[in-house]
This record gives sequence, structure tokens and C-alpha cells, in this order.
Amino acid sequence: MEVRSIVIIGNGISGITAARHIRKRCDDAITVISAESEHFFSRTALMYIYMGQMKYAHIKPYEDRFWEKNRISLRNARVAEVDFEERNLSFSDGSTMEYDVLILATGSSSNRFGWPGQDFKGVQGLYSLQNLESMERDTQGIGRAVIVGGGLIGIEMAEMLATRRIPVTFLVREEGFWNNVLPKEESDMVTRHIRSHHIDLRLSTELKEITADEGGRARAVVTTAGEEIPCQFVGLTAGVHPNIDLVKNTPLETDRGILVDSFLRTNMPDVYALGDCAQHREPQAGRASIEQVWYTGRIMGETVAATVCGEPTAYRPGIWFNSAKFFDMEYQTYGTVPAQPRQGSDSLWWEHPNGKQGLRIVFDSRTKAVLGFNAMGIRLRHTVCDQWIREGAHLDQVIKNLKQADFNPEFTPFAVRY
Amino acid sequence: MTHSLVNPYPAGQDAVQRIALGAFAIGLLALVIAAFGPGEEFPQLFFWLAVVLGPTGGAVYAVRNFLHRPAGVRNEQVWHRSLFNRGMVAWVFGIVLTGFYIALYWGPDSYWGSAALVRVFDPLSNLLTGSPADRWFLYGAVYTMAVLVMGLRAIAKYRHSNYQVVRTGSIMFFQLGFAFLIPQFLKAMDRPEFYFSYFWPLKPDYLWPEGGYYSFQWILDKGGLGLWMLLFAGVMTFIATPVLTYFFGKRWYCSWVCGCGGLANTAGDPFRQLSDKSLKAWKVERWMIHSVLLIIIAITLLLWVNSFLGGSILGNLSHTLSKLYAFIIIQAFSGVIGVGFYPLLGTRVWCRFGCPMAAYLGILQKYFSRFRITTNGGQCISCGNCSTYCEMGIDVKAYAQRGENIVRASCVGCGICATVCPRGVLKLENGPTHRDREVGNPIVFGNDGFRLRP
Repeated sequence: MEVRSIVIIGNGISGITAARHIRKRCDDAITVISAESEHFFSRTALMYIYMGQMKYAHIKPYEDRFWEKNRISLRNARVAEVDFEERNLSFSDGSTMEYDVLILATGSSSNRFGWPGQDFKGVQGLYSLQNLESMERDTQGIGRAVIVGGGLIGIEMAEMLATRRIPVTFLVREEGFWNNVLPKEESDMVTRHIRSHHIDLRLSTELKEITADEGGRARAVVTTAGEEIPCQFVGLTAGVHPNIDLVKNTPLETDRGILVDSFLRTNMPDVYALGDCAQHREPQAGRASIEQVWYTGRIMGETVAATVCGEPTAYRPGIWFNSAKFFDMEYQTYGTVPAQPRQGSDSLWWEHPNGKQGLRIVFDSRTKAVLGFNAMGIRLRHTVCDQWIREGAHLDQVIKNLKQADFNPEFTPFAVRY
Repeated sequence: MTHSLVNPYPAGQDAVQRIALGAFAIGLLALVIAAFGPGEEFPQLFFWLAVVLGPTGGAVYAVRNFLHRPAGVRNEQVWHRSLFNRGMVAWVFGIVLTGFYIALYWGPDSYWGSAALVRVFDPLSNLLTGSPADRWFLYGAVYTMAVLVMGLRAIAKYRHSNYQVVRTGSIMFFQLGFAFLIPQFLKAMDRPEFYFSYFWPLKPDYLWPEGGYYSFQWILDKGGLGLWMLLFAGVMTFIATPVLTYFFGKRWYCSWVCGCGGLANTAGDPFRQLSDKSLKAWKVERWMIHSVLLIIIAITLLLWVNSFLGGSILGNLSHTLSKLYAFIIIQAFSGVIGVGFYPLLGTRVWCRFGCPMAAYLGILQKYFSRFRITTNGGQCISCGNCSTYCEMGIDVKAYAQRGENIVRASCVGCGICATVCPRGVLKLENGPTHRDREVGNPIVFGNDGFRLRP
């Protein structure tokens, strides 16, 4: 068989997983292009560099020699244009490259909602390596930072700044932290934990505008309630959106993201999209059309590799799971745990008297089959939870055997009691 | 706006910390002054200043430093500080430490016999043994104090993890009791200065017929207790070690009992991130550590054969051989490089590249043990914290991100990878059998979640 040129744009977890698994399956030439960095790094670990917990070299999941050894060519360049008809890429430096198969894994960009002053110096989101560099530069010796938007990146930024002893005011539009994802009890627990770390968390507070000094550098934010909060750095962390600027106004069909079918195929032949930038035309029941999570990016990478190498495989990601860490509080979730009570399902919530550990089990109201778990400050065993949800294990059985799902370190008393 | 209003960690120290730091500084200064002579004249005064006040101040300061901050992984700013990032301060500290070890091992008796520094430890030595201190008593006391003071610090730092708290308590207990007090008491009673926490091949002379200071013959000459000690040493090496390692992995020794591991996990804790994680280092490690094990086995066998044949093979060479081993492996490797280079090469350099006991335990762990570090399904985000803070230089995330269990000969089971993991991915476990330790682990696959790895 003739060797194809498979080109992947984006070296995040989705693109790299695709490259690795294509290499495992077939002998085609693989090129991974990124304008952001020469090598793959763990985006979720960017915060630890700022915190001084790791250096850049530590967050690269593979040694640099890995790529050559596995015959994966890396190209640190920016793609300026894609010609889908001619199967040709042109770069910002004027060079071009042909492809037989194109995989788009261009990731996300930070949301900016047109706030007045959002482009001042010292105002930024946190997504890329370049964002980290500017954050390092613009937070030197400052007296206060304000973060706008109560998601996972916002709380990471708060933690980062806190370790540099920079006072933080954290503006969250909702009345509970991350309450579009977390049920009330979990959200309250995280809210308390954030405040215990001396973060000035303001719920139900929105940004009106950012003001600047004569040099064009942020000097304060003004809330919709009219309060002015002096600060020298503003983190805008109100979510992300698919980064599809490259393919706008091309024959490639897009909506919010690049539209793909269940095989991650776009409307153009031999062009695939996956990870944060992809939007599923027909998402599986209970799943979002755009999934911006490390784990789903990895699963899509593995799926597309199979398809590209001649074994068409639909993206069926199985039981949902995710995790995060809010300052010192670990969070794991498995299956379906709705933020608001939902018709047809109920849940049990257990909370340790210390207010730092909690476990929620969601189950079908009628059959009592377990549907999902939220674990706060507790480590659960992924395989066991996955199996219980998959099999629809009865709530009583799950509670009786809960110890099987204990993944906490030895000598940790399994605290959950009903 | 003042910083203090919403400041997570007080930038300065509180009064207690300042006083404690002052006490520590006074203790250190007293030690230096004593060494230049006054220690001989006023041993009591300098004992209280350098041996009691200084370490107490150090412990209070270090513990309070962590109790001030919330319980959790507190590795912030590690790489921003010169001492912990091979900066200038680290080099100065490393040179001082190395110099101390060189002086200790190879300094002439003419110096140590009359050293004023040693006199500072006389009050403690008189109390424990009834006789004045020598350089080895000084070393044992300083070593034990380092483990205790920094052990308290480690407990404060890792107080959110019961595993770390219990384990640190264990290494402090074994260092104080088994590696310091009991040998001193034995010496006071004119019994062999025997260390119940060290066995062949880490303490090879216990099973050497003659030659070493602690050889078989020497212990045996001490009568009934000596015989019992030798029996204990033999049982520990050949029976207890394989059995305990089968059930718990090598950690039962390396991270719970051994004094070398004890120092690494207490005094060395701030330097654990400096270990080399490269594939090349792993290769060097395997060659070196197994060579040392082979050498020690060969020497031991040779000495016994020689002894049986009445010295006809080696003659008096046994003495030279054992001396040479002590010089190269024990003093130069485990002492000077192993500890002196903490701030440059990280802790556990000896444990990883040189210790024959670790090699022996490692082979058992790799091929015949229930111990493994389990990866929690697909939760790994490849962040690298586990690998960065692994003192043995194991690239833990390389396994975790593939959903594989970690079964490595070198893993000492300190549990820090599991402690620093932000997503609850790693767990140290003793499985039901040794057979399933590397197999049957599910990884995430794109098509409908979990699938067993073929």
C-alpha cells in the first residue's frame, strides 16, 4: 500500500493521541503541526509551572526522543490557510505542504464577551503556553488580581496567584461556584474551600468594564453593581470556544465548532476533526455536542486513529468521567450527575462533618439503578464505578459494597457512612 | 490595599517562628564556635546550645511553617528557590555536606581524637553509654537528630495523608531506637554494637567470617547474645526479607525501617525532585546496582571459602578486600555521594544506584511480590507531578497515562506519587496475589469506554 501523508494540525492531547495510535496501527507518514510549542505538553499542568511546582520540561509527557523514534515529524509553524480542494496547507512563512489525510485538532480559545477594556495590557485568559508567559510577565509585583468567570480555569488561576501571595478577587456571575455543573452541596463545599484559601470570592457579581491607566494597562474593574475594584491584572476565564478561525470561510462546514459525524469525519473527504474544536452533529444521548475535556480528547484521538487506518470506528465514549482539583480539594465524577434535580432520578448526598469530603450517588427513582457518582475529597476506583453504572447496579448493593470503590491511600479510614 | 487582608500565606513569619529560627541559628553558631576549641572547655553549655536548643528551634520553625498553611500538597515555589533547584545556595550546601563526610570518614585520628567538636556530644554520650563520645557517636547523634527534626517537618507537610504520617513515624522510630539508642546501650553493656535494622548485604560484615569490624567471628566472640544476633541477621536476610517483600514490596524496609531511606525521606524531602528521570539514568542504575550486589555476593562467598580452607586462597587478603569495599562502596558511595550530593543529585542516589540490599529487594519486588502501584482507570492527565517528585527517578506518568500498573524494581513505595497526584490516579496496593500485578489492567479506548488490554 502506498504511504499516505497524514497531517495533524494541533499537538494537544487529541492530536497527539491520534498520531500515536495511527503510528501503532499503520506505516503512513505522520506530521504534527503546532504554532504553540515544539513538543506536546500537558495543558492541564500549565498552572504548576507558574506555581513553581514543576518546570516546563516536567509537563512534557514524553521525552523529546520519543517523536523521532516513533517516526512522528513535528513542525513548529503556523498554518495560515487550508485548501481543501487541492489538499494543500500554506504556512505563515509562505511554505506549503500537501496532505492525503488531514486531522484538525486546533483546540479552543478563551471566551471574550466584548467587555469594555478586555484588550488592555494585563488582561488575559489562560489556555496556551503564551498565555502563561504573559501571565508571568504581567503579575510581577502586583497588588491585586481580579478573575472573572467561575469555571475550572478561573479557580486554577486563583490558586496560581495565591501561591505567589497575590491577593485575588474572584467574580462569579452565578449564585454558586460552577453551579451549572455541580449540585448545590458540592458547589457550596467548593465555595467554602475557596474562601478558606483567602480568596475574595464574589458570587452573583458580573463584570461591567475594565479601566486602564495612561499606559493602557489595567488599573481596576468595575462590576455591574458599580463597585470599582483596583487591580493590575485581570483574568478572563468565562469558558472557551472552539478555535476554528483557520477554517472559517472555507468549504468546511462549521457551526460553533467543526461539524463531524460519529466517525469524526467532516463534510470534506479525508478530513477529520476532534477534541475541543469538533462539534458532533448527532451527539450520543446525554452528551454535549462539544466536549472540551482532556479525557474525551484522548478517546477521540484513539477513535480517529482506528478509522484513519482502515477500521472505521464510531466515537462511543462510554460512561462519562471527569476530575478536577479545587485548591486542595479533589473532585471525581462518574456517570450522570445533574446539577439540578431531574425528573426520574434521585440522589443521596453524604457529607463529612469536616465539610471537606462528600459523596453523591445518583440513582433511578423507580429501579434504584445507580446512574452516577460525585466524589469530593474522596478517591473512587474508576473501574468499579464504571462497572456499577454500566450494569445498572442496585443502590443497596452499591452502598453495601462501597468499600470496593475505595481508592484512597492506605491508612485512610473510608469515611463514608450512611 | 494591604496584602494582609486577603493574603493566603503570611509573607513574614510570626513571633514563634522568628524565635525558633533564632534558636536554630544560635545552635548552628554554637556548633561552629565549639569546634574551634571552646567545646572542650564548656561541653555542657555547648551541648545545650548546639544539641538541644538548635534542633528544637529548627523543628518548631519547620513544623510551624507548614501548619500555617492549609493541609495539602505544598510544593509551591520549589523550583523558584536556589536551594531546591541546584542554584548557588544548593552548591554551597552540597560542598559543606560533602566536606563533612570526607572529614568524618577520612579525617585523621589525630584530629578526631582531640576534636573539641566531639566534646559537645560528651554529655549525651555519657548519659547513654557512660563513656565520652567519639566521631561515630557524633555522626550517629547528628544523623538521628536530622531524621527526627526533619521527620516532624515531613509529618506537618504531609499531614493530610495518613500513609505519609504513619510511615514517617516508623522511620523516625527505627532510626532513634534501632539505629541509635539500642546499639549505644549494647555498647554501654559491653555487648556488640549491633544494629538490628541493618542486615547483609547492606551490612555485609554481619555475614562475613572475619575481616570487618562487625564480622561473624567478632560478634560470636561476645558469647550467647552474639550467637542470637547472628541468628537474627541470618533470618532477616534469607527468610524475613523475601516473605515481607512478597506481601508488602520492598517498601517495608526501604521506606519504613532503613536509616538511609529514613534520612532521604526526612532531611532529604526538600530535594526529592532533583532525581534524574531519563531513560539513560535508568540504564545506568540497573547496571550499577546489580554490579554492587554481585560484587558483595562474590566477596562474601570468597571470604567463606577462604575461611574454610584455612586462608589458602586469599591468605590475609580478606582484610584488604573488606577494607576496600568499606572505602569505595560504604564511605565514598553511600556517605559522601549519597548524602553529600543531596542538593545536587537528589536524595536516594545511594538507594537507587548503589545499595545491594535495594538490589536484592528490588529483584524480589519485580518478580515475586504482591505490591504494585495501581493506576485509576483513565483519570491520568499526564501532568507530571508523580514523576517530578519521585525520588527514585521513575517516570511514573509514563505508566499512569497508559493505564498501566507500576511494577518497578527500584520503587521504594514512599507513596509520594500518590500523594502529589492532583486527580487521585495512583494507589499503592498489596494485591491478592503476585500474578495479577502487571496484567489485566483496563485502559481507556475510544470505542465504548473500557476495554481490556490484549
